[in-house]
Amino acid sequence: MQNLYDFSILTGAIHESLSRSMSPGWVTFTELVIIGLVFLLFFALLGLFLVYLERKVCAIIQNRVGPNRVGKWGLLQTIADLIKLLIKELIPIRKSDKFLFNLAPFIVIIASLMAMAALPFAKGLHAIDFNIGIFYVMAVSSLGVVGILLAGWSSNSKYSLIGAMRSGAQIVSYELSVGLSLLAIVVFSGSMQLSTIIESQSNGWWIFKGHIPAIVSFIIFLIASTAEINRGPFDLAEAESELTAGFHTEYSGIKFAFFFLAEYINMFIVSGIAATVFLGGWMPLHIGNWEGFNHIMDFIPPIVWFFVKTFFIIYVIMWFKWTFPRLRIDQLLTLEWKYLLPVSLVNIVLIAFLVLMGWHF
Amino acid sequence: MLNRDELKEIIISLVPEAEFAEGTQLPEVIVPVAKLLELAEKLKTNPKTLFDYMINHTAVDFNTHFMTVYHFESTTHKHLLVVKSKIEDRENPETESLAALYPTCEFFEREVFDLFGIRYKNHPNLKRLFLEDDYGHPLRKDFRDEVNMIER
Amino acid sequence: MTEEIIKDVIIGESEDYIINIGPQHPSTHGVLRFEVCLQGETVKYIIPHVGYIHRGIEKMCESLTYPQIIHLTDRMDYLSAHMNNEAVCLCVENALQVEVPERVKYIRTILDELNRLASHQLWWAAFGMDLGALTTFFYGLRDREMILDIFEESFGSRLLHSFNTPGGLMHDVHPNFQKKIKEFIKYFRKKLPEYDQLLTGNVIFKQRAVGIGPMSKETAIAYGVTGPSGRGSGWACDLRKHAPYSAYDKVQFTECLETEGDTYARYKVRMREMWESLSILEQLVDNIPEGDYTAKMKPIIKLPAGEFFQRVETARGELAVYIVSDGNKTPYRIRFRTPNFSNLFVINTIASNFKIADLVAVSGSLDLVIPDIDR
Repeated sequence: MQNLYDFSILTGAIHESLSRSMSPGWVTFTELVIIGLVFLLFFALLGLFLVYLERKVCAIIQNRVGPNRVGKWGLLQTIADLIKLLIKELIPIRKSDKFLFNLAPFIVIIASLMAMAALPFAKGLHAIDFNIGIFYVMAVSSLGVVGILLAGWSSNSKYSLIGAMRSGAQIVSYELSVGLSLLAIVVFSGSMQLSTIIESQSNGWWIFKGHIPAIVSFIIFLIASTAEINRGPFDLAEAESELTAGFHTEYSGIKFAFFFLAEYINMFIVSGIAATVFLGGWMPLHIGNWEGFNHIMDFIPPIVWFFVKTFFIIYVIMWFKWTFPRLRIDQLLTLEWKYLLPVSLVNIVLIAFLVLMGWHF
Repeated sequence: MLNRDELKEIIISLVPEAEFAEGTQLPEVIVPVAKLLELAEKLKTNPKTLFDYMINHTAVDFNTHFMTVYHFESTTHKHLLVVKSKIEDRENPETESLAALYPTCEFFEREVFDLFGIRYKNHPNLKRLFLEDDYGHPLRKDFRDEVNMIER
Repeated sequence: MTEEIIKDVIIGESEDYIINIGPQHPSTHGVLRFEVCLQGETVKYIIPHVGYIHRGIEKMCESLTYPQIIHLTDRMDYLSAHMNNEAVCLCVENALQVEVPERVKYIRTILDELNRLASHQLWWAAFGMDLGALTTFFYGLRDREMILDIFEESFGSRLLHSFNTPGGLMHDVHPNFQKKIKEFIKYFRKKLPEYDQLLTGNVIFKQRAVGIGPMSKETAIAYGVTGPSGRGSGWACDLRKHAPYSAYDKVQFTECLETEGDTYARYKVRMREMWESLSILEQLVDNIPEGDYTAKMKPIIKLPAGEFFQRVETARGELAVYIVSDGNKTPYRIRFRTPNFSNLFVINTIASNFKIADLVAVSGSLDLVIPDIDR
């Protein structure tokens, strides 16, 4: 059944038609250009849609309506915001380090784009499929910290510096927990390659197969990745009521739009990784031996499954942000070093033991 | 809770120079500036009076002299007292600061300094509170401001 | 704070890392500037700078008649506007020894408690928002709208009423007054537990509030911190109980006291005060006696020569009005001892040695309204 929705037929066909008319070097180049353009387009549209979604979810939680004037149901609101940001004056700062100041938003966007390329959207629709997939994603998303620190430093403002330092400390600490919780599933599935992890979930999602340790890992991953993307109860770096806007106080116009966009894309990436690793990626929901049910589930295209799971996790992350108050920086770091990290370590040992004994499904 | 006459007796025994006003809403005592700090200290520590809460401190400009006013309350005995002190000098009015006894007084005194120009001896930080340094002292009766005040 | 520290603070020359919070800042509610000296994330000392909204109310009142002064007192602590008005009215009425009708006393007390509820709702909304739980702002303001609708129907304005006048009220309340208040009480009794569900029991909130900014009872008395902030430290300073005025001696309510003196204690005091206000409203709303809405006063009000003092419990603490009169129709000197003035200056003592994020929590829990400080 899944062959019906196998994207490798489409990609194979494109590859064939290109190879007939061009030499292999040019074929690769054209394919890279096509993939790059598709991703940039997807990136931009996704950013627009996520901003709109956040405003609507926030409004529902706060007993309001949200944007509903610009376009039907307010769908064109983000485009209006985008045009506004594009035509805003870029206010230069006198004593800032101009090169670093302009470089910082680009570093953040590049890190997000590179990480998103590794997400498996459907069978065959997978841009970068390394055999060290998970390791690559974690490494590349860490580049974002550099962008944030540069932004805070080069703004030449005390508020920005405080915000950037807080943010840097937070992200670097929580990477440990993110890595360890992803490592849990790597131990279960035996491979770091994302497509292999998904294939290994064809008889059930890891969150069900791995029972308790996998659920613990999932919860730790959710908490740690919310802290990684500077969101929700961990958004001290840009706490409006304390430091105006933290590390991106001095940015305006399109550069601010880059930081803003990168935050939402990071949210998508983190949810995508959670959906892939814990919830089965593009695998449909199969329950044991219920043949009829599984057949119906197979009809829904895998790409729809992927997006449903990802958006479910995005909704949970947004729910956190609008309900909980903020943690203070030392409470944040205490949470990581004294609670999440020991639990993750014990969890990994437990999982290794389970895999050896074969006590998972 | 002590009534007016009992308070009068205790205060006269603590500081004989105090004068009592008659027919006022609250018990009122007027002391010369030199005895103010001593009276305040004794009122705070004496177990029968125990005035530990300073409600208010301000000044009033009668055209010939200033009068600084303190309102005290005791949180244990629940009686109120008004302490006043007269400053005759209008050019350089000076009085004692009670900030060491009542920390809240530090800021009341800064406000009085700002709006009246009365200086306080031994004040930890006598700076103006609301207005600029060269503004003058608006709550004095002889304050004139051609721009903002309309004289009838 | 000694003079040595003040001399060292010259920006650029000293060793201290000074940042300004305010005067334009989303979380100092009003124009207030905190000069904060930091060491890393820890606050070494805080110097508040006030005066950005000093309008000279005391000086202005020296040329206004007593009914005109009422309109200016609204604008001091605008969230307890009715209590401010009532303070001046009571002072004038006691000076003239005028007895206001019972109906006036009951209505004044009812409006006091409604105003206190509205003020505490706004405090809760803003406090949650400062700490990052942005949803509390909407829940608090949504419920406050019902009270503001009652105010608008009764006197035409939502926030600054000037409904009191020396002798009684400006005009009688409209016939729907009691019905609307009863509807509101029923509605709010269901909504107030939601506030607890959202914020009070939340682990993150407790971490941000318990143990932060502790103020002992002696500090509270020494700095004159009255109102819910003082009651959070165990100082029983509620004037509605200890020096009752209007109809407060006819209602039963408990004075909310907590002993720890930290931010969480001040928070709990205000939450409990909201429950007490609802119960006071219930006791009064059905029993408003019939009668006049004002006592007979002369057209031009002249106070006899002398000095008069009146204290009132606003939503934030003790407001004292001190009038020196020389027999004219304008006061010779009027002094407002406002609660926020004393509440603000304790902040250096209680928020030092905590983090910057705690400064926001502490100043939110002290519930400052800046125009009250500067007058």
